[in-house]
Amino acid sequence: MTKMLSIMAAALALTSTAALAGGHCAAGKTLTEGKLTIATGNPAYYPWVLDDAPESGQGFEAAVAYAVATEMGFAAEDVVWVRSSFDEAIQPGAKNFDVNMQQYSITAARDEVVDFSAPYYTAPMAVLVSPGATDTAPTLDALRELQWGAVGSTTAVPKLTDVIQPSSDPLLYGDNADVNAAMSANQIDAALFDLPTALFLSAVMIEGSKVIGQFAPDTSDNPDQFGMLMEEGSPLKACVDEALAALTTSGELAAIEATWLQDTTGVPLIK
Amino acid sequence: MATTKAAGMTRRERFEAQQRRRSLIIAATSTLVVVACIIIFVPMTPGWAKVQRSFFNGDVLVDTFPKLLDAFKINIMIFAWSAPAIAILGLLIALARDAKSPALFPLRIFGATFTDVFRGVPVILTVYLIGFGIPGLGLPRPWNSPYIWGSLALILTYSAYVAEIFRSGIDSVHQSQRSAALSLGLSERQVMRDVVLPQAIRNVVPAQMNMLIALQKDVSLLSFIGPVEIFRQAGVFKSLTANFTPYVGAAIIFLIVTIPATRYADYLMAKQMRDRS
Repeated sequence: MTKMLSIMAAALALTSTAALAGGHCAAGKTLTEGKLTIATGNPAYYPWVLDDAPESGQGFEAAVAYAVATEMGFAAEDVVWVRSSFDEAIQPGAKNFDVNMQQYSITAARDEVVDFSAPYYTAPMAVLVSPGATDTAPTLDALRELQWGAVGSTTAVPKLTDVIQPSSDPLLYGDNADVNAAMSANQIDAALFDLPTALFLSAVMIEGSKVIGQFAPDTSDNPDQFGMLMEEGSPLKACVDEALAALTTSGELAAIEATWLQDTTGVPLIK
Repeated sequence: MATTKAAGMTRRERFEAQQRRRSLIIAATSTLVVVACIIIFVPMTPGWAKVQRSFFNGDVLVDTFPKLLDAFKINIMIFAWSAPAIAILGLLIALARDAKSPALFPLRIFGATFTDVFRGVPVILTVYLIGFGIPGLGLPRPWNSPYIWGSLALILTYSAYVAEIFRSGIDSVHQSQRSAALSLGLSERQVMRDVVLPQAIRNVVPAQMNMLIALQKDVSLLSFIGPVEIFRQAGVFKSLTANFTPYVGAAIIFLIVTIPATRYADYLMAKQMRDRS
């Protein structure tokens, strides 16, 4: 019996050292030893994840995920993907992921409940307008008069109410698809998204719509930086931050951004 | 014996008083034990501190409660115009299903199909289909408002249920009353209007109160197509604070409204039972 146990222990030790070379800082800190479980949205949207298939590594967040995993010492096949909603990510209690990546903006209030990695992307907010409102000037005065929509669970909502201060009450929705539907039904003139999402929606999802302006990311008190979400007090945070710092220094993060989010230039700033 | 007489109580009364005291003590003790268990043992669970911070956060509640109350006005507004429309449409559907004349058979089929479809489809699906679908046909503003079409979705779904309750009320009026009224020379229409319906409606008031309570909660489903009513507003706060307390706040507001309504429905139900017996 003891012999069998010791063989098992040896086998376990072997497999774990095989997966995590040189006792990397993530050893013993993940849900499943030797695997990194990453959560994304359901569905995950372009350009963050292509074709709702993060396993392919295609799309900005999928690519960053694999780069971070590699940096942390995980092989590509040791990355396990799960899906989670925003609510699952913030509920108290055990999580089914090690890190969660779905364009979570880092805010002070959220940081009290969960842990965020260092930011991996700084996303300016951008204004997407319906086909009927493409002539709107990118000024706050002009924007104020539009009928607004946004996804209710995003930081677009405080931006909308604090900065744009629309003259009629904005309509809020559960996800991007519902905002699309409302814009297609001409129920809203404009919606606020992060710039890459807005560009994708205007190019692919809503015919005739246009991104007419973006807010400079550094001018607001809420710069909308995306971070990987982890359970509060997660021991993994230090490793993830370390990996992200290494990727930033080596220029790899910038290269990934250039690959997947390259057309975010040329959108006028809102005054 | 003499002492009991002096106290003004018979032996029987004394026994009953003792029984009452005894059951009071047992009820009080068992309630105390249950409450004490909840108060003592729930906080001893390892995750309590986290759960308390996430769901019962005093600061978050105080911050968000006034704005939730404000958003609740939208619920009341939608409720206020939907409820009468539901009552009217529900009654019409019930009458359509009750049409006796062979020439009106298409009306009966319509009534049956209507209740089958709208009772069978989940409310949220109807809200999506009508709330986004009909405005998507190209209606100009303000006629494509989610308030209008979302309310219509609620009205259609709820009138299907309400119609069935009215129908059960109509069926509960005995056939002999119709026959009697007809033999007095009243027309079919007069029989329905003056004899059957007044009794039928009175019979189903308690059941319809339950529909009102359910409707009051389901108004929140309109949040899926845009209106920022209390549920959506709570969701916004939840996302910003990464805390579920605003939902608890919303639940409190709902309870403040629904508990008296439920009690009133119970009262009506009890009163009806008494009146009938």
